[in-house]
Amino acid sequence: MDAMEAIRQTFFEECAEQLVEVETGLLAFQDGEADDETIDGVFRGVHSIKGGAGAFHLDALVAFAHAFETVLDELRSKRIEPDETFVRLTLRSADALSDLVAAARDGETADTAKSDALLAELEAVTGSADEKAEADEDGFAFQPVTVDVSTLFGAEAGETTYTIAFRPHDKLYARANDSMTFLRELSTMGEMQVTCDTEALPLLADIDPEAAYFGFVVTLTGTLEAEDIRAVFEFVEDDCELQIDAASTDDADASFEMELATPDEADLLVLQAMLDGTDQDEEAIEATDEHASFADTEGVGAGDPDTAPESALESDPAQSGISRSSGSEAGKREPEPSRQQDPEPAKDPSVSTPAGGKKEAGKPTKAAAGQTIRVDLDRVDRLIDLVGELVIHQVMLSQRAVEAGLTRTCDVATGFEELEQLTRELQDSVMAIRAQPVKSVFQRLPRLVREVAEIAGKRVRLVTQGEWTEVDKTIIEKLSDPLTHMIRNAIDHGLETPEDRVVAGKPEEGTVRVSAGQRSGRIVIEIGDDGAGIKRDKVRDIAIEKGLVSPAAKLTDDEIDNLIFMPGFSTASGVSELSGRGVGMDVVRQSIQSLGGRVTITSEPGKGSKFTMSLPLTLAVLDGMIVTAGDETIVVPLSMIVETMRPKATEVRRFGGEARLINVRDRFLPLIDVGLLLGYRDRPGDPTAGVVILVEMENGDRAALLVDGIQGQRQVVIKSTETNYGMIPGVGGATILGDGRVALILDVDRLVTCSREAGHSLDPATLQAAE
Amino acid sequence: MPDTLTQSADQNEPRAGGALQEFVAFRIGAQEFCVDIMSVREIRGFSPATPIPHAPSFVHGFINLRGTVLPIVDLAQRLGFAPIEPTERSVTIVALAHGVVFGLLVDGVSDILTVDESALQPPPDITGEVARRFISEVMSIDGRMLSVIDVDHVMPQLAGAA
Amino acid sequence: MSLTILTIDDSRTMRDMLNAALTPSGFTVVQAEDGEHGVEVLDGMEREPDVIITDINMPRKDGFAFIEDVRADPRHRATPILVLTTESDAEKKQRARAAGATGWIVKPFDQDKLIAAIRRVAAYSG
Repeated sequence: MDAMEAIRQTFFEECAEQLVEVETGLLAFQDGEADDETIDGVFRGVHSIKGGAGAFHLDALVAFAHAFETVLDELRSKRIEPDETFVRLTLRSADALSDLVAAARDGETADTAKSDALLAELEAVTGSADEKAEADEDGFAFQPVTVDVSTLFGAEAGETTYTIAFRPHDKLYARANDSMTFLRELSTMGEMQVTCDTEALPLLADIDPEAAYFGFVVTLTGTLEAEDIRAVFEFVEDDCELQIDAASTDDADASFEMELATPDEADLLVLQAMLDGTDQDEEAIEATDEHASFADTEGVGAGDPDTAPESALESDPAQSGISRSSGSEAGKREPEPSRQQDPEPAKDPSVSTPAGGKKEAGKPTKAAAGQTIRVDLDRVDRLIDLVGELVIHQVMLSQRAVEAGLTRTCDVATGFEELEQLTRELQDSVMAIRAQPVKSVFQRLPRLVREVAEIAGKRVRLVTQGEWTEVDKTIIEKLSDPLTHMIRNAIDHGLETPEDRVVAGKPEEGTVRVSAGQRSGRIVIEIGDDGAGIKRDKVRDIAIEKGLVSPAAKLTDDEIDNLIFMPGFSTASGVSELSGRGVGMDVVRQSIQSLGGRVTITSEPGKGSKFTMSLPLTLAVLDGMIVTAGDETIVVPLSMIVETMRPKATEVRRFGGEARLINVRDRFLPLIDVGLLLGYRDRPGDPTAGVVILVEMENGDRAALLVDGIQGQRQVVIKSTETNYGMIPGVGGATILGDGRVALILDVDRLVTCSREAGHSLDPATLQAAE
Repeated sequence: MPDTLTQSADQNEPRAGGALQEFVAFRIGAQEFCVDIMSVREIRGFSPATPIPHAPSFVHGFINLRGTVLPIVDLAQRLGFAPIEPTERSVTIVALAHGVVFGLLVDGVSDILTVDESALQPPPDITGEVARRFISEVMSIDGRMLSVIDVDHVMPQLAGAA
Repeated sequence: MSLTILTIDDSRTMRDMLNAALTPSGFTVVQAEDGEHGVEVLDGMEREPDVIITDINMPRKDGFAFIEDVRADPRHRATPILVLTTESDAEKKQRARAAGATGWIVKPFDQDKLIAAIRRVAAYSG
């Protein structure tokens, strides 16, 4: 990745942060909780995006950001009385800005219809049709206009001689400009000669070290235009008298003579020094020195820009030991050593204020910036791997110690216990590096709720809680989709229309509450609404109608509520725009389960519903049930397991050839012989001698896994088997057990699919690793 | 004198600039093979492996190599011979090819050879069909005959990449 | 001797861009994230920077306030300060000048113009 691409990436990362700040600020404004600083922050966010976008020539983004910024500036300077329409316009603009950023990031052409319409609205607010012109001016205001003066003066194309009269005002030096630097720059543009006009210089006793007394007359010959010269003085146009006259080459000497009319002795001396580049009589120069160091300028007269800096250094008064009478220089570029070593930091009281100690206190924003480092994710993962190894080795070592006959109370055993504690702590700390607050996902919700509410014709207030709850980065990335679906569902199906709510004696505006928190080593996210709740009769009827449950089945309220997660179930009685593009809740459950999570719904008629999803805090480790199948140890992800049981012979039925079914509370489920399916055993195991693990797959289907026995439950570190080998049907990965052996982790879904597709024996020929 | 010196140097240390290659030599049954030392990561003793479901018969299983799940190929079976009966002298050569790390189970490592590339010859036609897929060259040293195993072709999923 | 430039901008993108434009051209770049941070960094520097480049719109302390602070301190009053901003309107420029800015660079800048502006105001041209 080249530097520019890296910066581009930074830009979009930063845009994302700024968009959040903009939206957060506007929402606070909407709630009447915004102060001036909040609006400033919003303005700055949009402004920054515009600035960066300009650098990458993202013109559509620049144009929109500019219009938005202009409106915000009006707001900031209180020239606009914000009403509800205005606030909504800014929020919609923030959304559109976000879309434009996304389009620019992905290199797509933005859908300009929306932003163009908004652009018009924004411009209508500031009521300026000339806005556009101003925006265009932005980029070009300081590009020098090329005027071919040589033709104006009838001179031949090529070299022109200019006479430049330049007299600095005091202010020029106060702004840290320096005559010397202009002369130096001019000297790079052509053949240059300089005279210094010292006429205004008072007697030494009357000299004000801060004042400007000198004027300069420069003759410059080269292939250049008056505008080029004017550009050199761009910063000081208002701080000096400047006159630029072009003359033909022939006139140059005459003009020079004229300017030199009656030089007094000091002038001649200075001039001589400058022209010759010699340092004769430096004291004289020093005596008349003002802000511009003549020792520096002497190189200029030599007409060789390359030597200028060096001679400037060599003749630095500090080095040549010349004492200065002028006090102005001392405070300038050569602070006195005593000052530099001054232990007092500064006089300015604001300087000693600790960073972030002002109004930002308690907010982990800018102040924290200096305390974070960016680390390549691979490095973190490597560290997590290593710590995982450490944990395994520590367990192995403890086991060996026990095997060697050490008692639990001996010093070595105590030492191992402490070591175990330390390694666990180390593991937790390392895992925490990958953890990120769910804030990044929660931030997108206000916009989602706004849009969904608008389409569904509902009024919704969003309340979020626990946005600083941390969870593994990988899980955060995958959290967005299921969360989006659940919120859509809550607004579309959960909340009633404003009219219905009024009838039910509720406020017109419904509430969707999203909260995150940690509970016993897992993250729990709840999405609640204060809507009508699940209509159980209706859900049950649909489920029966679609053949998802038998009419005779006795279902608890809870079981009925959770029918909505079954594939093919949809309660949408009318096809709304949302259901049209949405997906069923079965897909939501599937994606959560693929992360090792679970999702359930609880509901109270008339009061509302609540989705509860629980997820592991990380994908690097997994809670597993350690089981035995055909002499091998296997890990079954705990999140898939519903229950375990010891089947009776009467509950197992043969079905066709090898296939067997097991009766679990009047439901027949396929019995999957794990040892046989994985090739760890040649003949089917005896179900009555083993254990059946009831699992629920991502699509909600259940199956029964037959294993020989259960060893226990524990957290295991997940290792990839694909890195060095390849896909293994029915296996999701591997882990390393306490004895150092590799144990495979089942991919329950694929295992069940495999068993269905291939009967009970997979054909190795079609499933071989990749050959 | 100078001539003698030059000659002895030539014999013991092959010519400077001449392409030298180092090989790890090992046995499978009575036959000798070797692999380019550049593709060898380490050599370790035998350790029991976890069988891999639905794997080809020559894939012995997974072992734990300091936290890496390492697939082990029974090189004897891969070459079409009878499977290796693990003994105390059995050895796993950990090899790296195209970023993939894997183990080669062999009967025992004999030595490390430094060979001038001129000693390498194309494999003769008489070699068995299976073995020829994995043998890139043969070499003859001090009356010993060794086949050079091309590790790129040993792992099935690398066969396409190589 | 390479010129040392203190860049102050709250945007990481802009800081990176400045760094990418200046470092390869032999400048030594020191960065700060806002005006307040800028004053801290400036005071902590062993040698006065040759040029300071600052943004205008920044949290905590904006560019105007930063320039005023710097100019009020005798140690820094003669250090050239270039204002780097998308604000091209005369009012902002005028305010920056009133505060004591030496010159300005309009964003988006190009590398050559940026370096030319620095060399124009730096006491030594490096």
